Amino acid sequence: MRTYEFSLNGAHLTALPSGALWWAQTGILCVSDLHFGKSQRIARRGGSMLPPYDNRETLARLEADILTRNPQTIVCLGDSFDDLAAAEELDPSDERWLTCLMAGRKWIWIEGNHDPGPVGIGGTHLQQLKSGPLVFRHIADPDATGEVSGHFHPKTSVTVKGRTVSRPCFLLDDRRMVLPAFGTYTGGLRSDAAVLRELMAAGALSVLTGKKAQPVPMRL
Amino acid sequence: MPDLPANFAAWFARKGWELHPHQADLLAYATEPATLLIAPTGGGKTLAGFLPTLVELAATPHKGMHTLYVSPLKALTADIRRNLGSPITDLGLPIRVEDRTGDTSYTKRQRQRADPPDILLTTPESLALLLSYPDAPRIFAGLQRVIVDEIHALAESKRGDQMMLCLARLESLAPGLRRVGLSATVEDPEGLAAFMASTGTPCRILHADPGPDPDIEILDTIAAPPWNGAGAHYAIPEILERVKKAKTTLIFINTRAQAELFFRAIWMANDGVLPIGLHHGSLSREVRDRVEAAMVAGELRAIVCTGTLDLGIDWGNVDLVIQVGAPKNIKRLVQRIGRANHRYNAPSRAILVPANRFEVVECRAALEAVYARELDGDPRGPGPRDVLCQHILIAACSGGFDTETLFGEIRNAGPYHDITRQDFDDCVDFCATGGYALKAYDKWQRLKRGSDGIWALRDPRAAQSIRMNLGTIVDTETLAVRLKSRGSGRPLGEIEESFAATLTPGDTFLIGGEVVTYHSLREMTVQVTRESTKKPKIAVFSGTKFATSTVLSHRVLDKLQAPDWPDLPRHTSDWLHHQRTISRMPTRDRLLVESFQADSREFTCIYGFAGRNALQTLGLLLTKRMEFAGLNPLGFVSTDYALLIWGLEQMTDPARFFVREGLAEGLETWLAGNAVMKRSFRNVATIAGLIEKNLPGRRKSGRQATFSSDILYDTLLKHDPDHLLMRLTRLEAMRGLVDFARIEEMLDRIGGKVDHVIAPHVTPLAAPLLLEIGKVPIRGAAEEHLLAEAAEQMMAAAGLA
Repeated sequence: MRTYEFSLNGAHLTALPSGALWWAQTGILCVSDLHFGKSQRIARRGGSMLPPYDNRETLARLEADILTRNPQTIVCLGDSFDDLAAAEELDPSDERWLTCLMAGRKWIWIEGNHDPGPVGIGGTHLQQLKSGPLVFRHIADPDATGEVSGHFHPKTSVTVKGRTVSRPCFLLDDRRMVLPAFGTYTGGLRSDAAVLRELMAAGALSVLTGKKAQPVPMRL
Repeated sequence: MPDLPANFAAWFARKGWELHPHQADLLAYATEPATLLIAPTGGGKTLAGFLPTLVELAATPHKGMHTLYVSPLKALTADIRRNLGSPITDLGLPIRVEDRTGDTSYTKRQRQRADPPDILLTTPESLALLLSYPDAPRIFAGLQRVIVDEIHALAESKRGDQMMLCLARLESLAPGLRRVGLSATVEDPEGLAAFMASTGTPCRILHADPGPDPDIEILDTIAAPPWNGAGAHYAIPEILERVKKAKTTLIFINTRAQAELFFRAIWMANDGVLPIGLHHGSLSREVRDRVEAAMVAGELRAIVCTGTLDLGIDWGNVDLVIQVGAPKNIKRLVQRIGRANHRYNAPSRAILVPANRFEVVECRAALEAVYARELDGDPRGPGPRDVLCQHILIAACSGGFDTETLFGEIRNAGPYHDITRQDFDDCVDFCATGGYALKAYDKWQRLKRGSDGIWALRDPRAAQSIRMNLGTIVDTETLAVRLKSRGSGRPLGEIEESFAATLTPGDTFLIGGEVVTYHSLREMTVQVTRESTKKPKIAVFSGTKFATSTVLSHRVLDKLQAPDWPDLPRHTSDWLHHQRTISRMPTRDRLLVESFQADSREFTCIYGFAGRNALQTLGLLLTKRMEFAGLNPLGFVSTDYALLIWGLEQMTDPARFFVREGLAEGLETWLAGNAVMKRSFRNVATIAGLIEKNLPGRRKSGRQATFSSDILYDTLLKHDPDHLLMRLTRLEAMRGLVDFARIEEMLDRIGGKVDHVIAPHVTPLAAPLLLEIGKVPIRGAAEEHLLAEAAEQMMAAAGLA
């Protein structure tokens, strides 16, 4: 299998190699930190003009997961838009593409720190979503159980024969999981960063993304 | 010959010096627009460059900056400020000399802009920064002379292209400016003159007396050099003997990692008797300063060093240079030998130490080339356009530009003389809009054209980040190494981030000649403690592996053609005779391909003599084609001379593989996804201003926000493969690490003539390559597989599987 299956608070979940989370029983596909409009925000602020293809690249990868899984519900775990202006200035062709993906599905935008409050595109806007044994929110609450969150863009480095392979990753323990950033232009926070080590329990796993969802111990 | 003013003549006499003819020449031609002086080390080159300035300023006081001196090395500017102090003080000249580098304090830099000194000493990067300020026209108004020191070294990299663009700018600000280039011996003085002179302006070339031939020998050792390897540790007893006999020795080693290992080995054999230092680019500034200071004070008998000491302050007391390992390049060898310059007009003394059997031949060939005064070097390509993009951004920061004027100006710079309007416009478009096929940033352009036709920054605040990213040196990501202590800890040097990532607490590595133990990574600093016993895991430094030059490769080939080799040690000539008996000798105009069996594998050895980068590329292309032909290749290794491929089937009809079209076609597909391309992209994109340099402060705070340039490369490859930066990346990779030009040179040379020898067993020349097997890094599809394997082991070890 290219995916990694596990249970969280009684829910049976699948980590996909793309960095999306699939909950087959409820038909929920969850992605985090899409950061639509990132290249544009950087240009707007007088920074460099990065290749303006990040939105379509992110959409293409999201579409691929939607086509294979055919979810009933999509949950975007916050920081879906790099800022509110990015949501308003979405390129018309990217907006059409996003609208097509949204058609016929329940689409939930969770608030993030980059994009608090609703955006002008359809879908439901929530601070957090409770569904069965799980709760979906942007930033982890240290006291929560059965929590699915994003925000940190975790990544893990593994040394293979003297070379280091660094990949965005899921972090998971018995109580919670943190999703990798799904957006194209997103960096990562190393999973050995203090904030992540404090958040995750002793036996936590990193599930590397890439061609295959590959679990390794989070504390190497 | 013009007369040296009486007070100067008297000063020379008091010093007991005589005016060298080339110093007099520079005075004589002081009014010419461009002069290139080619002189060996120790020939009073720098004084020659400054003499006209001192004489002019002594005669007529000048308002503002009179002379700008640019050196590739920061350390040189400080040294020259001290040296100029002597005539200025002795003669009581009303001349203010100041230096300005990255180390100069903010207040001093502000004051220099408001009130420029008569002579300013700086580096190309600091000059580019000065030119980016809107008050540049005032700072440089009335500038009379520019002296570019070590111009041969600048010309070897993009720093030279940036320097020449800056000169073109200066010329516009101070018309009538005179240029002087100071160079070590080079193979193509005319080419260098065309590089440095303003377009259409003649450049006079002056040659100083090259001095007597150096005295070079190849070290005779009791132990024969090993078959492979590059350490030359076998020769340490003899090297120590030579160091003892000399006053001060520079021991040049080709890479930083080897320098560390060699230093440790020589230190262990030294019994602590001789004071020997270590100097290379990965050591901290403090450590290098200490070594240099000890050298100046005459406290060291030898320094083990790398290319960092190719240039630099003349230490008058160096009387011996030892080159350890293959010289690779004749010009660099000559320049290194010139560092032993204790007396001008006395021969420099040098010893070559081959690290392995093949290098015995190369050392001999290089020695003969030095005596024949044959130098090597590749012709400079046209000025790279990523540097031009940065120059355009500098022009925008300095208050804007008009495209017609700027185009005319940059065409005055030698390297950009032939640039087309189309190429220039592409660069302007890239700087203004990003230059993407998808026009996404019309509203947020970086540069906007005003109603007056002047292009300027849309958001003036962007100037700061552009200035922070000036320069053409793109470093690999490195982390500082410090001794663990309660305070800030003593800095030892730096290691590459990728190497640091492979360390686990308790691992040991060598830095600055000592073995240290890795403890932790804290705030981008590697914390270590001293460890005197354990065997070190060696630090991996990026130090470029130079390929053996074409001229030297040809000389080695010619040497192999000799009927006998009385000038080579017995062990080496026996080895070569043996090769002739079992197989044959490689030649210049045919390609030798050998096939033999060993360890139940089929081996094919190709003697391309095209340098390691080209043969590495050839290996990748050839194995792909052999796979297609059903020959089942399994792997390969390459050196500067030969490529060894192993597989399941014996090579048949090798000539079919050495066809230009076939190889070029394979190159297209292979290149796109290659790591070499990604590395080249990172360089090009950083210089052109698309991505920001990793500055220490920024990295600490913004790890989450930064992402790898590989993502940008992949995105462009997919959505905009013809983008300017992708085209530039390709050009750069082809010239640099891919080195396809050398493969073409080989194909031209052999003209389709391939000799295929089926040998009964491993041949003498191929044997050393066999020992290299197992050092080949993994790549591509194998990475996923190995990652999965490693992951499973870790899970099992943690009891989680």
